[in-house]
Amino acid sequence: MNHDNIVQVRNIEKHFGDKIAVQGVSFAIKQGEIFGLLGPNGAGKTTILKMITTLLRQDAGKILLNGFDTLAQSRFARQQFSVTGQTAAIDEDLSARENLMIFGKLNGLTGAAARNRATELLTDFDLLHSADQTLATFSGGMRRRLDLAVSLIGKPAILFLDEPTTGLDPRTRTQMWQAIQKLVAQGSTVLLTTQYLEEADHLADRIALIDHGRMIAIGTPSQLKQQVGGLRLRLEVADLKQVTKAQTIIQDVLAASVHVDERTLTALLDDSGMSVVSQILNQLQTAGIAMNNFAVETPSLDDVFLKMTVGKN
Amino acid sequence: MMQSTTNKNLVFSNILTMTHRNLLKTLHNPDNFSDVIMQPVIFTLLFGYLFGGVIAGSVHAYLPMLVSGILVQSILNAASGSGQQLREDINAGVFDRFKTLPISPIVPLAGQLVGDIFRLLISGAMALITAFFMGWRPTVGLPALITVLLLAIFIGWSTSWIFALVGLIAKNAELIGSLSMVIILVMTFLSNAFIPTKTLPKFIQTLVKINPVSLTISAIRTILRTGQWSGNATAVFISGGIIILIFMPLTVFVYQRRR
Repeated sequence: MNHDNIVQVRNIEKHFGDKIAVQGVSFAIKQGEIFGLLGPNGAGKTTILKMITTLLRQDAGKILLNGFDTLAQSRFARQQFSVTGQTAAIDEDLSARENLMIFGKLNGLTGAAARNRATELLTDFDLLHSADQTLATFSGGMRRRLDLAVSLIGKPAILFLDEPTTGLDPRTRTQMWQAIQKLVAQGSTVLLTTQYLEEADHLADRIALIDHGRMIAIGTPSQLKQQVGGLRLRLEVADLKQVTKAQTIIQDVLAASVHVDERTLTALLDDSGMSVVSQILNQLQTAGIAMNNFAVETPSLDDVFLKMTVGKN
Repeated sequence: MMQSTTNKNLVFSNILTMTHRNLLKTLHNPDNFSDVIMQPVIFTLLFGYLFGGVIAGSVHAYLPMLVSGILVQSILNAASGSGQQLREDINAGVFDRFKTLPISPIVPLAGQLVGDIFRLLISGAMALITAFFMGWRPTVGLPALITVLLLAIFIGWSTSWIFALVGLIAKNAELIGSLSMVIILVMTFLSNAFIPTKTLPKFIQTLVKINPVSLTISAIRTILRTGQWSGNATAVFISGGIIILIFMPLTVFVYQRRR
């Protein structure tokens, strides 16, 4: 067994009646990694997460958390992680501090230790001033931060986050991202589900793409992007008459086809990368071709997503 | 990393923490607060001052009758909160979080049901205290009073298990709340809780007689009047025990099957 892999998911499967919710999903997460499960609504991300967090039993396959089987050793498996669900699972009727204290004690801390840790987390998550107020006064972002703080009270080795930023405003989302990155810097391992490509791209070291209950791709964001092609050159010529001339120059340098749409020319760049770009720029300048626009673009994960799930949804 | 301990002390202290949580919830949430504290007070005041004269000639004369009715009604009300709180926790996702903690899976349910005992105690005590402030003076000693309160709590706790089961099965917390309210209202008004049953139509009298709420209230009245435990009380006690024997395993089964 590879001890570097703190989370191991092997060929899991889940049916709800006749409906196959998850089939043949396998992946492993290394210690200290941020791993993203990316997929559209209803793809099976949450079902996968529920199986990993012992809330659902898989019909087939095996899940190991730090070496502990989630079915046979569920109690030990539960000591390895903490989970933050899609909706903030906190008690509306309790204050932020009481929420933290109670989960601290349930996590095995003594009263005094729970109190200290609660204060620590309230400070970390910028909630100290509202610590003893009722949650009714809390904004969505504050609830999410408290929810994450509650997850951290037992200092879990693995943190599972189910769509941690869904419904948050951009500022709060950035705060959540920073909080997650800080955790990983302190040695935690994070698995998060998201439907935001931008989020997966920004946060995750590796991503598994889930669609219709199956894993359709896995890799680093850049690996996934390469599956739809590398860098792309896009330029817009000022004078329509010069388009053909520009097309010839680019084709000669790249030895590849150039797509023309009125004034806009696009071409895929190979691995030689940026050196050919300056060559093309020089030659276009020498030929006296004026441009409105010139850009080198990376394919977004949106491209990956659309290409791989195309026609299936 | 936390230590893995499976000893009973840990389960016990986890249940205490969960009970503490449920009590905090009762005290902080205006709904729950009114269920266990406001309702016994308001109903005693309202019924006492409004109907005392009509039914018994004076408020003071009505109180010995009213107090046992209000006691049982309050207890049932507090018991009904059990199902609603469970369902709210499940719907809010708090239960899922509990279930992913390294604690015994029974702790969240046990915490709710142990917390119920405290809520029943508060509720029952509030009914008696309010009546006392209105001028009710029990003619029996403290042991009889405590017996009455314990019997009421026992009956309330046994019905807590029924309400908990409903809370686990039904999906909508508000529906559970309003439905149990209606059931409790019908059950307590169609009983000997607040009125002498002699003037009622025959058909209704039969309903009132077979109503378990009436039987419970009669048993409590006998203890409050004579200071003695009666065969009636034994029957009520055994019925409560039977409810627990049936509904405790059933509720635990449904609760653990959820995953």
